[in-house]
Amino acid sequence: MNFELLVFYFLATILLFAGLRVVTARHPVHAALYLVLAFFTGAGLWLLLEAEFLAITLVLVYIGAVMVLFLFVVMMMNLNIEKMRDGFWSNLPLAAFVGILMAIEMSLVLTVAGRTIGSDPHAHAAGYSNTKELGRLIYTDYVYPFELAAVILLVAIVAAIAITLRRRTGTKHQDPAWQVRVKRDDRVRLVSMPAEKEGD
Amino acid sequence: MTFVTPNLIPALSEIFVLIMASLILVVDVFLSNRNRYISYALTQLTLLGAAWITISSGSTDVVYTFNGMFVGDVMANMLKMMTYLAVSAMLVYSRSYIQLRNLFTGEFFVLVLFAMLGMMVMISASHFLTLYLGLELLSLSLYSLVALQRDSAQATEAAMKYFVLGALASGLLLYGMSMIYGATGSLEISKVAAAIQHGDGGRTVLAFGLVFIVAGLAFKLGVVPFHMWIPDVYQGAPTAVTLFIGSAPKIAAFAFVMRLLAEGLNGLVHDWQGMLIIMAVLSMAIGNLAAIAQTNIKRMLAYSTISHMGFLLLGILSGTLNGYSSSMFYVLAYVLMSLGSFGMILLLSRKGFEAENLDDFKGLNQRKPWYAFMLLLIMFSMAGVPPTVGFYAKLSVLQAALSAGYLWLVVFAVLMSVIGAFYYLRIIKLMYFDAPLDQAPIESQPDSSMLISLNGMAVLALGILPQPLMALCAYSIQKSLL
Repeated sequence: MNFELLVFYFLATILLFAGLRVVTARHPVHAALYLVLAFFTGAGLWLLLEAEFLAITLVLVYIGAVMVLFLFVVMMMNLNIEKMRDGFWSNLPLAAFVGILMAIEMSLVLTVAGRTIGSDPHAHAAGYSNTKELGRLIYTDYVYPFELAAVILLVAIVAAIAITLRRRTGTKHQDPAWQVRVKRDDRVRLVSMPAEKEGD
Repeated sequence: MTFVTPNLIPALSEIFVLIMASLILVVDVFLSNRNRYISYALTQLTLLGAAWITISSGSTDVVYTFNGMFVGDVMANMLKMMTYLAVSAMLVYSRSYIQLRNLFTGEFFVLVLFAMLGMMVMISASHFLTLYLGLELLSLSLYSLVALQRDSAQATEAAMKYFVLGALASGLLLYGMSMIYGATGSLEISKVAAAIQHGDGGRTVLAFGLVFIVAGLAFKLGVVPFHMWIPDVYQGAPTAVTLFIGSAPKIAAFAFVMRLLAEGLNGLVHDWQGMLIIMAVLSMAIGNLAAIAQTNIKRMLAYSTISHMGFLLLGILSGTLNGYSSSMFYVLAYVLMSLGSFGMILLLSRKGFEAENLDDFKGLNQRKPWYAFMLLLIMFSMAGVPPTVGFYAKLSVLQAALSAGYLWLVVFAVLMSVIGAFYYLRIIKLMYFDAPLDQAPIESQPDSSMLISLNGMAVLALGILPQPLMALCAYSIQKSLL
């Protein structure tokens, strides 16, 4: 057993454990933290496969952005954990059935008769850059789906703004730009009045 | 590491639509509400331009570009032309409706154009990845169009349901595609077909993947048992959006089924035939029976859509070129009828009033005889009464199913369409033999009332002379699926 294999089994064990804990953890914050651990070890596995760009993106995007957002939401929502766990035992048979079914299907895919998928990954030459390869593929062979994905993001932006942006009239909000342009005449009114009350 | 610039000519119409949609997005920001019609005009011009490009750049050969991810063939060109036509008609019908409901905004047009771009991508996809991305582009635009009327609780609920179920369907579809990829080692439709023909990959895995793919497709088509979103979305969405969902995306869904089942998984025809038979039988039964009980016409038409999609499957499940072309004819005829029927709801609606209950159609003959006659033609066509186009559409898919040897299925379909005739004819009865409940004058724009006349006449004309369109469908299928 060489060193790489050892690292693989080490990471894979942590990944499986973390994945299991995501589902079984009692507290949603713990579950989210275990998910972070799962992503992190997953990124480690990708590094083993020399897919360093994907590994770094996974850490940056999923752990750095998505999971932090997730944690914020979980912490802010003040979830009633006991109530959420109510359905656990009644849903367990169905969930177990679906889980087992998926496990069977995955093993079927991996053991297709007369064909092995995912043959042993072999190491690349020294000058190989995964990032460069990925970039080359995305901007050449896969440029059409790449552009389409960009259009989908554009649609998401348009839709999000169209559905949520409201211009309310009559709200009492402050406009700093307008505030600093204030002149003396806007604020101070000089009223000429006699020094003493008349006709007393 | 050489890179050949892909041939952009076949995808010119997609590129044009994308550029115009982005342009309208920017131009609209600078328009005041009074000048909003400029966005509308630009959208219509986009459709016209795209049609011109598709005609002038279309060839009769099958052309692949973008590294085998995009295919241009006769079927794609023809379906795209029909999509432009349907979207354009939808915009004309809904113009005054959306103006009165504060939906006459740039976002509406931009989202419609992006949805159409998604349909075009689906129609021209030759790769699972582009099929999926096109579908997502279409679906995301549709979800947001449904939700655009954000102060309406009904529309928001419909959008939510549509989004959740649509996401589920996409997940199923992706899962199925990943299994097919696992079994054949490719995502390119022609390579998948070749691998299956060659006998690569385990039958079990392929069948598993197929089940998920068919389930995902069934969601998108809206056939039983994956139909539950259709009535709620059709009823909850603003009628203009319902008209949109009910028309052009059906063409794209047909193309989607063709690309996946008839081109990619043709080698598994015996496996998917059985699944489609079950879904067709259930759709025709549940769609027609449930439609009888509806009092809301949008909901009734939603169930009628379900039954029509069941009929559409009859042609596809026969698995022959003849069956595919009759299904293509069916979907085009259906889009025509769907445009007319939802268009009529839009025409009869006015500010603060939706003509969405069956009772609103009472005595239409006394209020506006010409409209009543047009709706009569469209309803006859939906029911499949000769000499309207719906009759020939039904006849051709039934012939296809019969020639594939499914006599019992044909008998069942005919029985179901007899049951279905009841609720279509009920509308005609309401229009001609009942007294109107509502005497308010029907105000209509000249463009949309002209269009409804054209629409009704087309239903009749294509019914009397179905041969040219049928020949066109047969020709495009023959040219594309070889």
